[in-house]
Amino acid sequence: MKKYFFIILLILVTASASSYVYAEKAADPSGVTTGNASDVTAVKAGQPTLDEVAAQAGHNKVAINMVWLLITGFLVMFMQAGFAMVETGLTRAKNVAHTMSMNMMVYALGMIGFFISGFAIMFGGVGSLGTLGGFGGLANELTINLFGHTFGLIGMKGFFLTGTYDVAVFGLFLFQMVFMDTTATIPTGSMAERWKFSHFAIYGILVGAIIYPIYGNWVWGGGWLSQLGNMFGLGHGVVDFAGSSVVHMTGGVLAFVGAVLIGPRLGKYNKDGSPNAIPGHNIPMAVIGCFILAFGWFGFNPGSTLAGGDLRISVIAVNTMIASATGAFASMLYMWLFKTKKPDPSMMINGMLAGLVAITAPCAFVTVQSAALIGLISGVLVIEAAFFIEKKLKVDDPVGAVAVHGVNGAWGMIALGLFADGTYGDGWNGVKGTVTGLFYGDASQFFAQVIGVTTNIIYVAAIGWVVFKLISLVTGGMRVSAKDELEGLDVPEMGTEGYAGIKLDKNSETPLSH
Amino acid sequence: MKKIEAIIRTSKFNEVKEALREVGIDFFSYWDATGVGNEIEKGEHSYRGTVYDTSFISRQLLTIVVREVNVQKTVDAILKAAKTGVIGDGKIFISDIIESYRIRNDEKGDTSLYNKD
Repeated sequence: MKKYFFIILLILVTASASSYVYAEKAADPSGVTTGNASDVTAVKAGQPTLDEVAAQAGHNKVAINMVWLLITGFLVMFMQAGFAMVETGLTRAKNVAHTMSMNMMVYALGMIGFFISGFAIMFGGVGSLGTLGGFGGLANELTINLFGHTFGLIGMKGFFLTGTYDVAVFGLFLFQMVFMDTTATIPTGSMAERWKFSHFAIYGILVGAIIYPIYGNWVWGGGWLSQLGNMFGLGHGVVDFAGSSVVHMTGGVLAFVGAVLIGPRLGKYNKDGSPNAIPGHNIPMAVIGCFILAFGWFGFNPGSTLAGGDLRISVIAVNTMIASATGAFASMLYMWLFKTKKPDPSMMINGMLAGLVAITAPCAFVTVQSAALIGLISGVLVIEAAFFIEKKLKVDDPVGAVAVHGVNGAWGMIALGLFADGTYGDGWNGVKGTVTGLFYGDASQFFAQVIGVTTNIIYVAAIGWVVFKLISLVTGGMRVSAKDELEGLDVPEMGTEGYAGIKLDKNSETPLSH
Repeated sequence: MKKIEAIIRTSKFNEVKEALREVGIDFFSYWDATGVGNEIEKGEHSYRGTVYDTSFISRQLLTIVVREVNVQKTVDAILKAAKTGVIGDGKIFISDIIESYRIRNDEKGDTSLYNKD
């Protein structure tokens, strides 16, 4: 017995002794003594020189920015799930595998397109990445000279991310890629329930490779729209903080063009042009998707500072939040009091998202009261726009993608031109002074915004139309056959039912048009 | 032997089941049925600004196979329990059954329709 007791005692003493030998710092439950001069990278550990402290401070500044950029980028990536849930919840059960697959694959396909050429076109000439350490290799912009000015058209550096093996570039690539994917997934909503998967798949690559990045270069990549201030004195050029036009208008206009070309769903419109309701099959899914999007927007907007050390992020986050609330509130009241006398869940979802889209451009530049008002207006605007598109233009948009992203993206750009209050944005797009809107004394910013909106509509509609038509030549059309559409796209297009084992009442899901 | 098919309101199903049990009818099958008929839709549906009615009337269809001696009391029980007096209460249909078998022990005829205990 005694022998075993001593062996065990010996083992215990040895174990505690070895841990004691390797400990250099005492345990710190309060956190007060953890992190001190000995953590500064220095030749003499614990005695850094002033230069070493300065280097550490600079490194930490960039580190905060990099971590912020990546974490917010991860949040925006999760918005893909939000879009998938909103779109699938607001469409029919017989199509879920197809709708979900589009939303799932657009993430991968768009990323591939962006990797191949999208990032290079959009940011190949953006210049120095100031918040992330100042890498200056993205300096190849294709320009033309007109009227004595240099118009930046597209970037030409970084195809397949070659020649740009720098940590800042990679951080920027991830962040910008998830924004591109937000655009890419918007048309899958307006064209759902009848879009041929092969046509969609080719679109998925091209939207990331060509359509999105060209306008993106013009506004965010140092291209000509961003230089309207420098060249022609129009405010700070086209200003779009987090992408009301770059992301949402591009997606919304593409969604509109696609919905027009693909035509309405069978049974949607009667011969006299009046629309039939085709209710979504899963409101809970749609609401959860809306919250995932609202959560992801906390990455979308505040992350667009590209800098965690830019403390305007708190203002941006609150502006974002308040606009989402007033947007949902306005939509709820508008439907309840003035339209169908019931607070329609899918319209409340559209209202929250419309508020978020509309605040995306101005979020860094407006007061919170303005943000609340912008959201309030967008809540009414989205409903009127959805009705106009569905009832007057007779374009079938199952989820309201055009009204939410296209129309409110434009409103967000205009709102920036009106409400920017001049407390932020000094030096934006190379123009001295803070970003100021019409109501605070600078009408030229408003004009720049109008030019941006108009350019986006013309460019995206034109290139969208051409690309959709070209893809149709390859795939033999955009739309599935009538038989497949009535049966449900899951088995003919995807080979498998989304809800295998659950009996669906497919007849009741499709209204008779008469 | 007769088959009694009763189309009743879904809200009346539990009452009818209880009433049948009180008169000794403990065995029947039932289906969810959708119908077309005269009932006016009470609530209006609306979705994204378009008002519509489903024009689907939801009912339960009970199928009860009974011996001759039990037909009238079954019908009376259903009539009493399923009635609300409003259009749409439903219908009862009676038809002949030619033969009946119990699968467990191959009994046929009237004895297959009840337990001798």
